[in-house]
Amino acid sequence: MTPFRYEKPADVTKAIALGSNTPATKYLAGGTNLIDLMRETIERPETLVDVSHLTREIRDIDGGGLHIGAGVKNTAVAAHRGVRERYPLLAQAILSGASGQIRNMASVGGNIMQRTRCLYFYDDAARCNKRETGAGCDALQGFTRNHAILGSSASCVATHPSDMCVALAALDASVQLEGAQGTRRSVKLTELHRLPGDTPEIETALQPGELITAVELHPNPFANRCSYRKVRDRSSFAFALVSVAAALDLADDGSIREARLALGGVAHKPWRARSAEVVLAGKLPSEMLFRQAADSELSAARPLPHNAFKIELVKRVIVSSFAALARRKVTSA
Amino acid sequence: MHFAINARSYDVELDTRTSLLDLLRDHLGLTGTKKGCNQGACGACTVLVQGERIISCLALAVQYQSCEITTIEGLGTPDALHVLQQAFIEHDGFQCGYCTSGQICSAVGLAHELQNGVPSAATADLTAGAIEPTAEEVRERMSGNLCRCGAYNGIVDAVLEFLGETPEAGAPR
Repeated sequence: MTPFRYEKPADVTKAIALGSNTPATKYLAGGTNLIDLMRETIERPETLVDVSHLTREIRDIDGGGLHIGAGVKNTAVAAHRGVRERYPLLAQAILSGASGQIRNMASVGGNIMQRTRCLYFYDDAARCNKRETGAGCDALQGFTRNHAILGSSASCVATHPSDMCVALAALDASVQLEGAQGTRRSVKLTELHRLPGDTPEIETALQPGELITAVELHPNPFANRCSYRKVRDRSSFAFALVSVAAALDLADDGSIREARLALGGVAHKPWRARSAEVVLAGKLPSEMLFRQAADSELSAARPLPHNAFKIELVKRVIVSSFAALARRKVTSA
Repeated sequence: MHFAINARSYDVELDTRTSLLDLLRDHLGLTGTKKGCNQGACGACTVLVQGERIISCLALAVQYQSCEITTIEGLGTPDALHVLQQAFIEHDGFQCGYCTSGQICSAVGLAHELQNGVPSAATADLTAGAIEPTAEEVRERMSGNLCRCGAYNGIVDAVLEFLGETPEAGAPR
């Protein structure tokens, strides 16, 4: 680990002033990804601005919806009564990620900002375009079982490992950002992370010094019919091979008023499956329809030598997720 | 920097790079907390901060200056074992013992989480008030603690007993 200066500002404004005016500064919350990367000298910040004590509130928003401060711990989000009742998809996704200890440390903002990564990113004997611009990518000729099948480029095939973000993508969550001189903006979670293109080292739309202050969830009709399903090599404490956040809103005649679908483990960012959603809208649910929706979304998939299995796997999880949601007996309308 | 560990105060001069784990082991001689992977994957370094379990290897000590920290040394002593330590002995919850202090701190934190109604991936009904501490719940909630000896069945039984449940002796697993 390279030496760094440690700052613990009293409020968000002071944190952003530090983050905007000092070169090579990183914001630090739970540290579960950043400290690991610093120990490997992949991240070498000169200043760490501790924001773990800031923005720790969850509160209702007028008109429905929920404001979750970026500093709230992952455990606290999943345990929150309003999240469990109104956004169970988010609670399920968070609880399927990492371990109890890590969820106690990790913040909402840090979960979003964790690096999109693969084993070659960690291996300093391997070439990696994220670590060194233009170096090349040894993953392409390597062991690609865990890598991306959608939206990747010749420069990077890593995946974003967050479960929480897949649920946030399906729920159309907004991310609140604050930058230098108090500038505030709101970005959809689906627009926050970038596909790799030629610049895989740039993973988000955040400007230098910008800080995530909150995630906002909007009212939705999906609480009774949503599920997060994660397939992995062991049944707990492992990244997803694929994961599926699915939600259905059925009309009185049984047709699909609206469907939401987001996929994890398949791309450089949480993958909102809008093509599949369009196929589903307005139709009567059936396994054949769900399969058509999955086929439509995955028609753009480009597998690597060891991960073609992910295409059929994710299709099957999509179909079985939606089939179970459509069958679910719901008491209140 | 000032720390409160096992109800005792410590003042130490520390490089900001020092992890909470290295503070405990190398600076304060509290070697009951173990270093396994040092990258957040094994749980051997689990300690309690304000009663909540965290992994101390990915924690910078500087961030934990004003917190109450509890390590295995603060839970029990050779003469006065913590009830969970006694349960680990009775249920063969270890062989080599290297992961044990992390397992025990983790299970104490787990009990705290259950008490507070924190659900897990094994909790079928997320809206339920109370959560039944089944073997499945314990396995899922202890998944952040690896045991290379494979003493998992004994660990689950010991934790179940600690939680006031009767371990399913001889039940197929």
